[in-house]
Parts: sequence; C-alpha cells; structure tokens
Amino acid sequence: MTRETVINGLLALLLLGVPLWAYLADEPFLITLATKVAILALAGVGLNIALGQGGLVSLGHAAFFGIGGYAMGILASHAQSYTPLAEWPWTIEGSNSMPVIWITAVVTSALAALVIGALSLRTSGVYFIMITLAFGQMLYYFAISWPAYGGEDGLSIYVRNGFPGLNTLDPIQFFAITYVILIATLFFAARLTRSPFGLALNAARQTSERVETVGIVPYQLRLTVFVISGAITGLAGALFADLNRFVSPSMLSWHTSGELMIFIILGGTARLFGPLAGAAAFIVLEQMLGGLSDYWHIHLGLLLLVVVLFARGGIIGTLAGEEVRHD
Amino acid sequence: MKLSALILAATTAATAAITAQAEPVKVGMITTLSGGGASLGLAIRDGFMLAVKQAGNPDLEIIIEDDQRKPDLAVQLADKMIQSAKVDVLTGIVWSNLAMAVVPSATAQGKFYLSPNAGPSLLAGKGCHENYFNVAWQNDNLHEAAGAYANTAGFSNTFILAPNYPAGHDALAGFKRTHEGEVAGELFTKLGQTDYASELAQIRASGADSVFFFLPGGMGISFLKQFADSGIETPLVGPAFSFDQDILQAVGDAAMGVHNTSQWNKDLDNPANMAFVEAFQAEYGRLPSLIASQGYDTANLLLSAMDKADVKDADSFREALRAADFTSVRGDFAFGANQHPVQDIYVREVIKEGDVYTNKTVGVALTDHADAYVGECKM
Amino acid sequence: MSLLLFVEQLLNGLQFGMTLFLTAAGLTLVFGVMGLINLAHGSLFMVGAFAAAAVSAATGSFLLAMAASIAAAAAAGALVEVVVIRRLYRRDHLDQVLATFALIMIFSEATRWLFGSFPLYLNIPTYLSGPVTLPGGIEYPLYRLTIIAVGLLIAIGLFLLISRTRLGIQIRAGESDREMIAALGIDISKLYTIVFALGAALAGLAGAMIGAIQSVQVGMGEPVLILAFVVIVIGGIGSIKGVLIGSILVGMTNTMGGVLLPAFLRLFMENSAATAAGSALATMLIYILMALVLIVKPTGLYGART
Repeated sequence: MTRETVINGLLALLLLGVPLWAYLADEPFLITLATKVAILALAGVGLNIALGQGGLVSLGHAAFFGIGGYAMGILASHAQSYTPLAEWPWTIEGSNSMPVIWITAVVTSALAALVIGALSLRTSGVYFIMITLAFGQMLYYFAISWPAYGGEDGLSIYVRNGFPGLNTLDPIQFFAITYVILIATLFFAARLTRSPFGLALNAARQTSERVETVGIVPYQLRLTVFVISGAITGLAGALFADLNRFVSPSMLSWHTSGELMIFIILGGTARLFGPLAGAAAFIVLEQMLGGLSDYWHIHLGLLLLVVVLFARGGIIGTLAGEEVRHD
Repeated sequence: MKLSALILAATTAATAAITAQAEPVKVGMITTLSGGGASLGLAIRDGFMLAVKQAGNPDLEIIIEDDQRKPDLAVQLADKMIQSAKVDVLTGIVWSNLAMAVVPSATAQGKFYLSPNAGPSLLAGKGCHENYFNVAWQNDNLHEAAGAYANTAGFSNTFILAPNYPAGHDALAGFKRTHEGEVAGELFTKLGQTDYASELAQIRASGADSVFFFLPGGMGISFLKQFADSGIETPLVGPAFSFDQDILQAVGDAAMGVHNTSQWNKDLDNPANMAFVEAFQAEYGRLPSLIASQGYDTANLLLSAMDKADVKDADSFREALRAADFTSVRGDFAFGANQHPVQDIYVREVIKEGDVYTNKTVGVALTDHADAYVGECKM
Repeated sequence: MSLLLFVEQLLNGLQFGMTLFLTAAGLTLVFGVMGLINLAHGSLFMVGAFAAAAVSAATGSFLLAMAASIAAAAAAGALVEVVVIRRLYRRDHLDQVLATFALIMIFSEATRWLFGSFPLYLNIPTYLSGPVTLPGGIEYPLYRLTIIAVGLLIAIGLFLLISRTRLGIQIRAGESDREMIAALGIDISKLYTIVFALGAALAGLAGAMIGAIQSVQVGMGEPVLILAFVVIVIGGIGSIKGVLIGSILVGMTNTMGGVLLPAFLRLFMENSAATAAGSALATMLIYILMALVLIVKPTGLYGART
C-alpha cells in the first residue's frame, strides 16, 4: 500500500468522522460544512478527470456546475408551483425527487459538455483555456438576463428535494447521500484511470502523435473525457443547489471555475483525492480567515501563491511525496 | 475554532444581571465587507453599530460576517448563525439576490429578518412573511417616486434605461407605474457595463425631454461621467443610489444639479436626523450616506422592540416591531400590512458644499407612499 | 434609424474596440513572448487607474496622472515579474492560471486596504472634455476621439518597436526560439522583465485613460480582462495586428449587436420584451463570434502558435 493510499483512506474517514462527531455533539453547522466539502470535492473530481488525466485546463467548468444547479432549480420550482415545464410536444412535469433531478443534471450538463467540448477541443493550450472561459461567461450573462427563472435573483426552493426512504432535510442524512456519491465517483475515477481508455488518454496527453500512429483519435478521447468530466461537475451542481435550496447565476461565474481549480491545485493536481483535500482545506481556511480581518483575501491569495510556487504537489503531494515512492 | 468576530455591544462595564429583565438578543449581520461591493456593506454596518453604541444596551450581542456578495456563502452564513450561534434576528444583506437566497428559509425557521436595504417584490407580495420586516424600501419605491417627480417637473417624453437583470426590470416598471408621459425609448444595458457611448447616441437621437436611469454602483458613475462629456443637455432623473454620499465624490461635477429621489437626506429637519448626522461624522469622519441611515434606523427599530418585548416571545416581539415605535431619521415611519415602510419620498438635488458634493432636499415626490405589492400579501 | 445615428454607432464601435486594444495589447505581448497566461493583467489596469486618480487629486494635472499610471503599473509589473512570474515560465498553464488568480485577490484587497472601499475621482481635463462637431454634423466627445488616436499611436508604436528596434528583434527571437536567444548571449531574464513591465505599463495607461470616463474602483479590471482575452483569442496570440483587428471586430460586434438586435426583435415582439431579449442575446454575441472564428481558424485570425 502506498503512502498516498493511506492518506486517501484517512481523508475519507475524516470526512465521515467529523460530521458523525458533530451529529453526536449537536453541531449541525459542522455537518453542513462537511456536506459542502463533499459536494465541492465532487465538482473538483469532475474537473480533475479532464484536467489531471486529459490535460484539459478548462476555465469554464462553472458552466456545468451551474447547469446542474439550474436543472435542480427549474425542475423543483415547477414542482413547487404545480406548473408543467413544457406542454408541447410532450407534457413535462417538474419534479422534486432527487434521483430524477440528478439524471436530468447529468444528461443536460453532459450535452452541454459535448457541444462546448466539440467546439473548444479544436483548439489547445491557451486557446482552450480562453474559449472554455468564454463559453462559461456566455452562459453566465444569459442566466443573468433571462427573466424566466429569476435572472440574477436566482431561484429559491423552500423545501429540499426528496430521496426515497430518507429525510433529506435532516443534515446528517443529506450528508450521507453526498458522501456515498462522492466515494462512488472517486471509485469510478480510479477505475477510469486504470482502464484501457484511461491509459490511452494518458498517453495522448503526453505524446499525442504516438497514439495517433496506433489508430486512436486523440480528439475523440478528449471529447469523451470532457463529457464525463462535465457530467460529474453537473451532478455536483445539482447537489450544491439542493444544499443551499437556492440556485443563481453566481454558480456560473468565472470565479466559481477559478475556485474549482484552486481545490485541485491545493490538493494536488491529478491526485485522486486531491479535490477532496483541496476543498476541505479551502473551506476550513474560508471559515478561519474570514473572521480575522476585512482584508482576508490577501492572506488567502498569498497562501495560494505559496502553494503554487513552492509546494507543487499540493497537500497530497507534500504528504505522500513522489507518486512512485513506496513505504 | 474561532468562527466569527464577536462584537459585544456593551459600552459600559455595567453588569448585565442588574439591568436585564429579558434574555440577551443575538443578532446576526450578514453583509458585504470585501470585494467591489464592500462600500455598501460597510455603510450598513457603520450606521447600525453607531445606533448600537449610542444605546449601550448590554443585552444586545451582534455577530458580523462577510458574505463577499456570494449568494451561496450568504446562505451558509445564515445556516451557521441559526444552527450554531443560535441568533434570534438576522439583518444586513445589501443585495436583492442574496436576500432572496437567505430570507425565505430564515423566516421559515422562525427567525426575524430586518432588511436594511434590499426589498425584492416577491418578499413584499406573494412571498411576504410575518417575520420579515423591511426598514428601507420596496425595490420599486424610489423609481415610482422618480416617475412622480417627472410628472411634476413636466417631463412628457422620457428616455429610460436600466441594467438587464430583475432589479433593472423592476426599476423601469416602477417608473412607468407613476409616470404619465410618453416613453421616448427604453434600453436594457449589460450588468456591469462600463461604456455607454452607444446608449448616449440613442438618447441624443430620440429627442427625449428627460432621461431616467437606474444604474447602481460603478455603472452609474461611468454613465454620469460619459453623459456629462457627451454634451447632451437633457435633464437627468434617477433614484438616489447613483448619488449617495459615498460615491458622489467619485462622480464629481458630472452629477451637479441632477434631481434624484430618496426617503432620506442629511438635511431633513428633525432632531433625530441632526443628531445622527453629527454623531456619524464624529465617529467615522465622513458624512453618512442613505444606506448608512437605513442601517441606523434598522438598529433603532430593533432596540425599540427590545425595550417592549422579550425576543423569545415571538408573538409579542413581532407586535413590538410592527409598532415601529422608534424615531426614524427620515421623519415619519410606519409599516404597511406587508411590513414594508409607508413613508415620504423626497426629491434631492446634487450641490456642492465647499469641496464636498452632497444633496439638498428640494421637494417631496410622494407622501405616505406604500408599495404596489401589498395587495398580493396574504399574512 | 437615421444614417447619421448609424455612422455614430459605427464610430462608437471603433472607439470601444480601441479601448479594448489598449488593454489587450500588453496582454498579447506577454502571451506571445513568454507564453504566459496572466489573469492579473486586469489588476495592473486597476493599478494604473488608482495611481492616476491619486496623482490627479494631488497635483491636478492630467498629464502627470497619465505618466504616473504608466510608471506605477510598470513598477508593479516589474516587481511581480521578479518575485512571482519568472518562476512560472517553465510551469504549465494550470499553475500560471492559479498563481495569477491569487495575484488578483492580493492586488484587489491590497488596493482596497490602501485606498478604501469607495470609488475614487478621476475626470478628464477641461481641454479634452465636451463634444466636437464632426463633418456630417455628428457631435462626438473629444475625449473619445483622443482614445481612438492614442490607440492608433500605440498600435503604430508597437509595430515599429517590434519590427525596427533591437528590443523588437530580441522579442521576436524570444517568441520563436527561447534557447537560441539565450545561447546568443542575450540576458533573457532581463528581456522578460522588460517585456512584462512594458505590457503592464500599457495596461496601466489603458486603466487611467478609460478610468477617466468610468468608475475607478476595486475590481474594475475584471470585466475588461475577459473581453481582452476574447480579443486576443480571436486575433491570434502574440500578433499585434491580430489584436488590433480582433479589438475592432469585438468592439463593432458588441456595439452594433446591442443596437441592432433589440431593434430587429421589435419588429416581431412587444417593446419591453424585445428590448430585454435583444439585450440578452447581444451580450452573448461576442462569444458566439469567438466560437465561430475558432471553428474556422483554431489559432485565431493571425496566430501561429498555441
């Protein structure tokens, strides 16, 4: 067992242990924070698949996060007001069932990723970063000025959506849902890396020409991984909207894309549990620094800078050392 | 883990046990203290804390947190204040979209929310709640007043513009609700837009006899500067937001003489207001702004209710709030059926006093004005 | 719409394009020469505007304020290059994005700490204010004409700098082969500092010139930054010609789209709804333009490298 595996296991246990302790100690807000960590980590895992494995630096993943959020907001608001979503060509009713919302979020964000990816992947390098950023901004401005679903005010949902057999309004039960999804997705991501697809993708990231000579088209590989990545981030968006019982265009802003990226770098790029470590560290910092001074962003910025410049493997890299090292 | 900046509002060392017959009231203030919108949050905080300091009530405990203008963060801060700090009252939010994210769930959990600034139409109408009190205005109010002023000023053909987002749509609807003249042209600009050359060309070409605009924050500063530079002579009218004390200095001469509508001004002739303006200047070294006056009134409303009722007895505390038994710096103040203000709205003109740009009250646009949504509120 | 108004709107599009060019020129230089993606360019824009506002308030001179904006932004740029940026050239784009994102946070809050949360005053001098009458009877603000002129001057200056001077030769050499230029005995790290400071100075000047007709406040650089990126991607990274053409294209699309789309929709819809829908579509137009350009030419109109 490598040191990284041990650290990963400890992180997973910690994320489970803190809310359980908080539940016993009657500190519901800690559970809410842990849920936020789990959801943001999930979004980060999505981005990490594109970024770490595919080498696709997307600065527009907020688009998928937001689409997932709006999938929840739109379905739930129609369910709340008992108005159908569409009457033609079929009657589509709103829904306040989490599984239905999740599937909608995954499908819509995957479709969006397919379109954005198909166009953006024609470019590479800096152009790719910029065009994903631009698509993200396009959706952001659209959401602000589109009045049907609240525009900049966003959409409030008064009751959290339901999951069969569970009371989602109970913080610990909602946390359990997000935790299970996160762990399942991490498992999937680990399998993906070791699959023939993941290996080919890794090869395409390192030397694109070489995989072409064996008959694999890198464009298709990258598009596939971009769609998977977008779908996972979209699912996280739906959960995040449910956590806050609220969705607004700020989920789509480029600051959100930047923050998702911060989680990954802070935790360790291309490390399986990097987004989890990064999201947890970010939330703890936000909670601790926020009370210290009005200008706490300076401290956060400096800290980020130090991590990027001097601690290159992020938290997990620093703790686990080189990836190949065995204990 | 140190979670928050706790500010204990005891100015004297008097022990709480002697004076307090009620339990201490815990107030959670969520407002914008960092980033580009920080000036508004700071004004609310400063106004609010001035009133708290003046009252010296040791039974009042205030927790202040920065929402960074992010709705999701505001929701989590509210959760934290309700779940872990167990506050009784929430207040402080600057922006409508953040209020929409926080208020419905906070009031549903039995907490009081006192709004020092935002007044989205939903919370005044269909979404009104017995625990939600707005101490500033319903979002449309100042625009309706601008429409009324345009009538008395004899403007019959007005060009109107606002950013393309819900508050912008409300602004133009509010203006048209009271304005009796024609609309020479109607424009929605991009939220955060900084260059208005194209809009100015359309205004010039429209032949309008007046221009109504709602462009809060930096947008208004940009628009006013560019309007002044364009040489268009058409009179401007707008709500107070682009002419508030804190940003007027950045606009400078470009704002001179513009008429704007506000429920407060620093020259309103009542003793409470004079004392407020003087104390604010002494405390912070600058003139108070409209939004600071709203923060100040919010705190005084809360203090007045604390004198009458125990916050743990929600029904009587609510009655005490509803009575609005405090001396507002804007003069007469009462709540309507939807717990939004019924108040006079004044017309102000931008002038220069020495080196400082400020406003002078020149008239009343609407008296005892309530909002258009009160009928939709089933409480 | 009258022909006169149409022409005036074209002029506005050109003018908006020039303000974009002022901002994007420095960014593309840094992109092209060092291969560095600098999100903090908008912060240097802000530094220029704040420096100009401070000096203008102290001295009352607009020209001194402009000079201060160039000096302050160049100094901030050189400092940032030496302390942070030079460690990033050999890193991947991800690290560059993150480090410069962190710089935005530091710059924004440090500015707020120094200057307070309220917007600052910076206005155009009396000799540049007010409109002039152009041939054909269009009343157009003199200051906006000045911006167009300054933009053109800087474009010409940059062309000359790159094609005619020793520094320009080194810059071009650095763009095509980094190792070779170091082998030729040119101090590459000094060259990079100079180029970065030059890019920063251009951003600072842009911030001050544009700040005079906008709001000088924290965060003012961010909306500009994203448009500048769009411009560069359309024009092709590293190409001054590309950035000039990209700026004008984006400026025209933005302005004319904002004018024509709502007018077009009013033919079919009720006035308010058409205005709202047209404006919503217009904000998306430049991104659609960018997507179209990249579908046809994945490295932008005049770009060679990625």
